[in-house]
Amino acid sequence: MNVEVTPLPGIGTRQDFMIRAGRRIGVITHRDGKFELIVSSKDDPDNCSASIALTPAEAGTLAGLLGAPQLVAHLEEQHRDVAGISTRQFPIVPGSTFDGRTLGETELRTRTGASIVAVVRAGSVHPSPRPDFVFEGGDLVVVVGTADGLAKTADILDG
Amino acid sequence: MPNTAIALVQLGAVFFGLGLLGKLAWRIGISPIPLYLIGGLAFGQGGIVPLHGIEDFTHIASEIGVILLLLLLGLEYSAAELVTGLKRSWTAGVVDIVLNAAPGAIAALILGWGPVGALAMAGVTYISSSGIIAKVLGDLGRLGNRETPVVLSVLVFEDLAMAVYLPILTAVLAGVSFLGGLSAVGISLLAITVVLIIALRFGKYVSALVDSPDPEVFLLKVLGAALLVAGVAAQLQVSAAVGAFLLGIAISGSTAENATRMLEPLRDLFAAMFFVVFGLNTDPTSIPPVLGLAIALAVVTTLTKVATGWWAAKRQGIGRLGRARAGAALVARGEFSIVIASLAVASGGVDGELAALATAYVLLMAVLGPVAARVVEPLAKFTRKRGTEPATA
Repeated sequence: MNVEVTPLPGIGTRQDFMIRAGRRIGVITHRDGKFELIVSSKDDPDNCSASIALTPAEAGTLAGLLGAPQLVAHLEEQHRDVAGISTRQFPIVPGSTFDGRTLGETELRTRTGASIVAVVRAGSVHPSPRPDFVFEGGDLVVVVGTADGLAKTADILDG
Repeated sequence: MPNTAIALVQLGAVFFGLGLLGKLAWRIGISPIPLYLIGGLAFGQGGIVPLHGIEDFTHIASEIGVILLLLLLGLEYSAAELVTGLKRSWTAGVVDIVLNAAPGAIAALILGWGPVGALAMAGVTYISSSGIIAKVLGDLGRLGNRETPVVLSVLVFEDLAMAVYLPILTAVLAGVSFLGGLSAVGISLLAITVVLIIALRFGKYVSALVDSPDPEVFLLKVLGAALLVAGVAAQLQVSAAVGAFLLGIAISGSTAENATRMLEPLRDLFAAMFFVVFGLNTDPTSIPPVLGLAIALAVVTTLTKVATGWWAAKRQGIGRLGRARAGAALVARGEFSIVIASLAVASGGVDGELAALATAYVLLMAVLGPVAARVVEPLAKFTRKRGTEPATA
């Protein structure tokens, strides 16, 4: 991706790139640590139809939300050479069986052979969660296993 | 009432009044500078409440105001930004000088104020207000726009031009000979070069010298250094303000950021005082006679700034709407036009009407700038829809 970096003297730095839809999208990093998300207008690529001020915490959360599928893709990449192993993410639906229960209670490894390698919650990634990790509705559970194991995992976590 | 008590009451009333004016200004979306000037005019000769006993304080406070204005301007840019900005924008910068200094100079010559008056008025109409422009760009959400770096680099160039211009103006105002003027220019160019080299190579050490983890110590050191440098610069016939500006450039990195954060409220306080004092010293009755000229100058220099921005943005491959926005963004004049006018008037070397003209001009331009930046887009779109060329004004 061709990210253009433009210094804004006295203000900070702008980093943006052109997306396939023909709009510029990017981030202004202010000197004082604030961020601004910018999206160019459709009809006037020089102009911004939105510039949204974000605190560092908000920017981190947004990055996590956008980065979660990236994490799965990355794990997928790592396991590609291992025949028969793949990575998938499963949502914990609010109010479902495991909403509010621990990772250990799923007994996933024993029952399916698949492993939970990460949980994505509210935009931030919790890698290698321990058995006492408590799930919440809205969590995304990243699981690595065989096709069969992942199918069984889907049954268990959906229940 | 004892004198101190009277002075305190008056100062309190002035500051409180300025606070109310500032609040009003930002609420209606303009810069508070014109309101401060009007406040000063109202309380000056024949004003509502003549002020006595605080002249000493207001005088020194307004001096500190100018020093802080330029110190913070210097702090805003790192030396590296100035150098790249200069490389990138020097052609636009030259166009900017030619187009916008000329109307002021010509007006002064027509009025018979001579070459010194022309030099001062050239500065008044040339320099955009980086303070107003940065605020307006932020408010309108245009920091991410493609033409914004063009606008900012023109401002950077103007600020560097000021660093050269102010010492020349001070020297000329002091009535030095041609040779003396040349040596003042030489000294100021040398000083700027030395400071830029120091800032680029040894900025760390300058910063370390004033830096301190303790806010109180830090504030005292930065303010002390600024006043010291400004005083020495004034003694050397280089303007005090320029000394502060150069110190600001030499301080970099996190030290500069901390200093900016800490000094901003102080600057706003003392700079407000500076505008009031300028207004106080201007006779309100001198404004109506020059109002027509000020309006004419405002119209001409609005067009020339728009042309400057349009041209600079076009060179960077910006579309028509963006060019119009860049041009309109540059229109605002403010704090530095008044700084120049006050230097000129204080020296006594120029016609007394200059203060009145500069005041009326800045009153118009400080209001017109933000308005122009706002209306340019609908205006340009409207004219484009009608199938004509987008407005350049």
